[in-house]
Amino acid sequence: TVEPLEYYRRFLKENCRPDGRELGEFRTTTVNIGSISTADGSALVKLGNTTVICGVKAEFATPSTDAPAKGYIVPNVDLPPLCSSRFRTGPPGEEAQVTSQFIADVIENSQIIKKEDLCISPGKLAWVLYCDLICLDYDGNILDACTFALLAALKNVQLPEVTINEETALAEVNLKKKSYLNIRTNPVATSFAVFDDTLLIVDPTGEEEHLATGTLTVVMNEHGKLCCLHKPGGSGLTGAKLQDCMSRAVTRQKEVKKLMDEVIKSMNQK
Amino acid sequence: MEVVMRADAKVRVESGTESSPRGPGCSLRHFACEQNLLSRPDGSASFLQGVAEKSQERLIRNTCEAVVLGALHPRTSITVVLQVVSDAGSLLACCLNAACMALVDAGVPMRALFCGVTCALDSDGNLLLDPTAKQEKKARAVLTFALDSVEQKLLMSTTKGLYSDAELQQCLAAAQAASQHIFRFYRESLQRRYSKS
Repeated sequence: TVEPLEYYRRFLKENCRPDGRELGEFRTTTVNIGSISTADGSALVKLGNTTVICGVKAEFATPSTDAPAKGYIVPNVDLPPLCSSRFRTGPPGEEAQVTSQFIADVIENSQIIKKEDLCISPGKLAWVLYCDLICLDYDGNILDACTFALLAALKNVQLPEVTINEETALAEVNLKKKSYLNIRTNPVATSFAVFDDTLLIVDPTGEEEHLATGTLTVVMNEHGKLCCLHKPGGSGLTGAKLQDCMSRAVTRQKEVKKLMDEVIKSMNQK
Repeated sequence: MEVVMRADAKVRVESGTESSPRGPGCSLRHFACEQNLLSRPDGSASFLQGVAEKSQERLIRNTCEAVVLGALHPRTSITVVLQVVSDAGSLLACCLNAACMALVDAGVPMRALFCGVTCALDSDGNLLLDPTAKQEKKARAVLTFALDSVEQKLLMSTTKGLYSDAELQQCLAAAQAASQHIFRFYRESLQRRYSKS
């Protein structure tokens, strides 16, 4: 398009978007859990065209001295050049680093897993969960897709039982006895883009994000508590607009939770 | 937007230490400001390592980008260098205030001023404005907002911890009230500076 902003404005005036969605409508969300057999837990999430895959690997580590009864969760978001032409090869760019920090903050704030649950023997052995999120196709709204993929993958993780042998002081892993992680809350992210300082649209595509004057991401859990309100600059918002975003985030949280429960139930039935 | 300009303005904003008393009616700690204390810029800005700092840089940069009228200076680059002298809590808010004053001191055209305010919610649900480092650590949730001077709209927000929707609105209202003090301070500080020279 020659004048992308004007093109978008014509659609926004009629309260819809070029791909036919309403201003408050999300793209079709699909999730595939447990597809990577070599990982301890995995999930693939597609939000329209945006595709993010999350793999969780569990390894042993010694807990740090200032937190001897806590394990670790280490998230890492990778935005390779394969997902979009805006990324180059080499060390992680700013977008990847900011997204990794966002996911780390969501894990920390929402207390999705209590780090104490990951401890096997205080001061000696604990689990460390390496969560690697790789974007396979970047079409906007990467934060929502990453949070969803992480949550789904963590629900899929099965850790084997570990006992410390008293005589040899070595860990013995019983691969036959596996148990799921204790997921305490279900944080779900809802992202908005601000257009022309006034209009708020939900789930922006890559092009919409580029044209937007600001973005906002709200992470909410099922008790109506906010884990994160991420608004990195951009045009200002009044308190009333924020309130609309909150209500949309609440409905989105319920939709996503329902979808995930259905998928997990169908997996367990097999 | 990578904008570089010979920074002829350096501003140091201090957020007082724990011992200074809070003024009546305003629960922000004492703050002072010194302008133009360096005559030459520090040289190339070496950005801090670490993912957490990158995230904070992105927040400050996007807030500045939203208010600075970049269209008036095409093919220019403005570099804002923030050096932490001492951290006694509410660091990001202090960085935002320093960045705004530096941009004003440099004469960069902006559509509005902005200020940073931090709120902490402790385990009983009490609101604490401008918390110290100790209060931040003990708090259940810490919310940092950047508000603009025209209509006190929310420009930037970053939060830590769990809180409810109602508490968010409460913190935002308190931050908007506190931002008036900070904008008044900006005005007085600039008046003092320009009345002497």
